[in-house]
Amino acid sequence: MPTTTLTLGRALNAGMRRAMEADPKVLVMGEDVGKLGGVFRVTDGLQKDFGEDRVVDTPLAESGIIGTAIGLALRGYRPLCEIQFDGFVFPAADQIITQLAKMHMRSRGSIRLPVVIRIPFGGGIGAVEHHSESPEAYFAHTHGLRVVACANAVDAYWMIQQAIACDDPVVFFEPKRRYYDKGEIDETAPLESALPMGAARVARAGTDLTIACFGPMVKTALEAAAAAEEEGRSVEVLDLRSLSPIDYPALFDSVRRTGRLVVAHEAPVAYGLGGEIAARVTEECFYQLEAPVIRVGGFATPYPPARLEEHYLPDLDRVLDAVDRSLSH
Amino acid sequence: MSISTSNAAPVSGQASSAAAPEPEELVQLLTPEGERREHPDYPLDLSPEEIRGLYRDLVLVRRFDTEAVFLQRQGELGLWPSLLGQEAAQVGSARALHGHDMVFPTYREHGVAMCRGVRPEQLLELFRGVSHGGWNPKEHGFHLYTIVIGSQTLHATGYAMGIQRDGRVGAEGEAALAYFGDGASSQGDVNEAFVWASVFHAPVVFFCQNNQWAISAPLAKQSPIPLYRRAAGFGFPGVRVDGNDVFACLAVTRQAMRAAREGQGPSLIEAFTYRMGAHTTNDDPTRYRLSGELEEWKLKDPIERLRAYIAREGLAGADFLSGVDAEAEELGEQVRRACRELPDPRPMEIFDHVYAEPNSQVDEERERFAAYLDSFEGAEHEGDR
Ligand SMILES: Cc1ncc(C[n+]2csc(CCOP(=O)(O)OP(=O)(O)O)c2C)c(N)n1
Ligand SMILES: [Mg+2]
Repeated sequence: MPTTTLTLGRALNAGMRRAMEADPKVLVMGEDVGKLGGVFRVTDGLQKDFGEDRVVDTPLAESGIIGTAIGLALRGYRPLCEIQFDGFVFPAADQIITQLAKMHMRSRGSIRLPVVIRIPFGGGIGAVEHHSESPEAYFAHTHGLRVVACANAVDAYWMIQQAIACDDPVVFFEPKRRYYDKGEIDETAPLESALPMGAARVARAGTDLTIACFGPMVKTALEAAAAAEEEGRSVEVLDLRSLSPIDYPALFDSVRRTGRLVVAHEAPVAYGLGGEIAARVTEECFYQLEAPVIRVGGFATPYPPARLEEHYLPDLDRVLDAVDRSLSH
Repeated sequence: MSISTSNAAPVSGQASSAAAPEPEELVQLLTPEGERREHPDYPLDLSPEEIRGLYRDLVLVRRFDTEAVFLQRQGELGLWPSLLGQEAAQVGSARALHGHDMVFPTYREHGVAMCRGVRPEQLLELFRGVSHGGWNPKEHGFHLYTIVIGSQTLHATGYAMGIQRDGRVGAEGEAALAYFGDGASSQGDVNEAFVWASVFHAPVVFFCQNNQWAISAPLAKQSPIPLYRRAAGFGFPGVRVDGNDVFACLAVTRQAMRAAREGQGPSLIEAFTYRMGAHTTNDDPTRYRLSGELEEWKLKDPIERLRAYIAREGLAGADFLSGVDAEAEELGEQVRRACRELPDPRPMEIFDHVYAEPNSQVDEERERFAAYLDSFEGAEHEGDR
């Protein structure tokens, strides 16, 4: 199997390129996506190769980006929008929540809006405010949208193509602090051979406890599992990948085997996805649970200044602390 | 109606215009060569001392900005958005303000901030990552920096509506000044601010620093017509001023602010200038713009032209100029020192000031996190966290 080594960012680029080659209706649009290639260079070279009609540097207005993407989709295009940073999606929130998410239902299925919204998300890069947020729960709470997060280069490559191919709108979260992590990708494999976008993946098998996580936290959870192993604990890491809907069969299967669940995300724990997951797992796996579901994540505060983010972000120690608390029950 | 069905024609790009565009009027009181010009609508009478003051402002502001770029390179700051080239737009407009006026900046208004008495190291806090703010906006009539593009224009407008309700419009009145960029002019918030200001006749001036670029997007990506002309459609006056001419920026802003204070409503100033540096220290402009453009704008440098004027008119001697240079060096050193001395925030500060009133959720998480920190062996003293 011929593979290429790509960073997560380059893998996204390669995936987008492949989708654009396969379907002339795919358009890339966003701020600075053209000559600059995006502030993280994820769209690097696409405008050069596909032209300004297909890789569109938009005016500086997020509501405009998503609103016009909806119009383009109504004309049969498949817009692939980039929001420059997580904190800047909110001017587009109205178009996403009141229009994009609801048009299919309102039209009784006659209108499909295959719009993808790529959002670099999460902290850990020492940025100023609004550049480190994890707004996934807002969108997961908006039904009519699919919400996914990739955690590694291989998933980035396949999932972006699946998101583009999906006939529902997809909010696609990219773990910005992992853009430079590398993976081995078989670019000759057919798209159908990839794990479906909606499926969770066991990133590491274990028997004593499950950590459910996604995006940037998968790597942290894998490190925690490796550290736990040294103390004789076998921790399973489940990369959820799809956040709406969640692959509950895979999650329940894991929890029924291990009997313990820790949910980790960077977003605040309070009112976050972890609460939803804990409730569902408690409903479905109550008799197999050996301990309450434990959540680890951000605090009930705005994201702090960069010099405090190491304390805010759930790191190896915080995840291990959650693992210990679960195992001590 | 004839409809073209050809797919071949590219759809992006400019609409073609048959007639050659008329040259845009640019208010200029000091040419790039340092020659004084008069403008019938914008008389300006400055004493030599005031002119020397403006020169000093420009030099100090540039020196501070240069130092901040260095500090970022040395790892002392996470990021720095340089104002290089925009000193005159900022100093000129800021020196048109009264103490009671209120400024709503973007993230690049370091020059305005200094004129409003914000200390240099306070400006560094946000970019060093030790706080999200750095100063008390009420103390300086200078709001916190706003990173989300365009939001502050609405705040300025609402603030101005408050001025109206407080009966503070009139001869001794107050007004708000909102800064924003050429890129920001596309945002919904900015356009809504224009609507509000115009409908409510609010005492607010919109000061657009058109530095020709929004990161990699040239002005043409935001507007095919000059930005100042947008004002007419919203129902208030717009004017384009040479943004590298500190006299013109001062005169035009003075007049706009006076009109706003006196109850004549909002106006838009487009300061035509150029972002001489990268968008921020993270940016690499060689990817998207030609250096020829930069060379052209170097000839329009705001400080050089004022220095030439001062020399030509004999408004200051060599000792004044070298004195300002020495003061700038001192400032650089002081900024370097003060930046390194900015204390890192303590971990427990994450929970501070989230709410104005006591909040049980934050309190609970604060306690839990304190206990977590204490659980480590050799945990720091309680005072450290
Ligand atoms: C709502 C929002 N979208 C995107 C960004 C990212 N961003 C930061 S600065 C900038 C360009 C701003 O250009 P302009 O308004 O011309 O101001 P300048 O930086 O040139 O001073 C962009 C797109 C942001 N800060 N906020
Ligand atoms: Mg600009």
